[in-house]
Amino acid sequence: MAERASLRIDLEDGVAPPRRNGELVFAAPWESRLFGIAVALHERGLFAWDDFRERLIAAIARSEGSGAEWSYYACWQSALESLLDAKGLCHEVELDVRERDLAARPAGHDHPPTAPRPPARA
Amino acid sequence: MSGEHDHGHSHDAPDRRAVRAEALEALLTEKGLLDPAAVDRIVRHYEEDIGPMNGARVVARAWVDADFRARLLENGTAAIGELGLSGAQTEHLVVVENSARVHNVVVCSLCSCYPWAVLGLPPAWYKSPEYRSRVVREPRTVLAEMGLGLDGAVEIRVWDSSAEVRYLVLPERPLGTEALPEPELADLVTRDCMIGVAVPRLPTRG
Repeated sequence: MAERASLRIDLEDGVAPPRRNGELVFAAPWESRLFGIAVALHERGLFAWDDFRERLIAAIARSEGSGAEWSYYACWQSALESLLDAKGLCHEVELDVRERDLAARPAGHDHPPTAPRPPARA
Repeated sequence: MSGEHDHGHSHDAPDRRAVRAEALEALLTEKGLLDPAAVDRIVRHYEEDIGPMNGARVVARAWVDADFRARLLENGTAAIGELGLSGAQTEHLVVVENSARVHNVVVCSLCSCYPWAVLGLPPAWYKSPEYRSRVVREPRTVLAEMGLGLDGAVEIRVWDSSAEVRYLVLPERPLGTEALPEPELADLVTRDCMIGVAVPRLPTRG
């Protein structure tokens, strides 16, 4: 997009001193999925944004008090899960079970299989 | 990604969060509550379509059109609507104007509220515990650390986003831009100028 490109050039010229202005919004795909899930459910009218916001504030406060490594989207995840659980839309237990199932998949499940190598000969 | 789930990561590692996010999306989809294509669309929209260029258009218009500027300061939501911008966390947008004596800066001290429709999604530092707590307590120091040294005589106003209100800073138009057309003015307005941690500057030539 032309406008965006010109903004970026301005930054490289040192016009905007603040750091990391051109950074990516999401650090990993799971962060963008969780963002999109929350917005999609809200757009469908399944919850009011303020209900989510209240839980996000609480999750952030808990995280900051715990000394755990800071991850904004980990807070987002916990807020969303607790809201969906409270609303009966997705219970934590179901999520635990599905998470365990997915984690048990064999390594490389998300990659196309590679041809088996012939055994090395001595 | 590469199947290294059991090689010494803590239980709360990003890998685990990624699997749990995948589990949530799968369950909600099976329940008929979520369409994965809608998630794709939303993510693409926020990553590619909306961003600070929307806010920059608003600022540039306010610089060249005094009547628009007055309407913008009076009712931000209605005024950005004139430019076709609406929704997404701008239902109650308040625009605060910088001057030679007052500098405004925006924070959400409790979480990360931010006017998505005009600025896109917030940068990581805006969401960080450090910015959220320190800019309230010691704004002058934080701004200086971010490269914006302000004269001691300039009053700094920190606007803390609330459940309803989202803020946008209207920076001062830089000197020497009288001849620039509106689109080029918009190019001077970065996201950080509209959060209030920077001010627009003319590109240095040469």
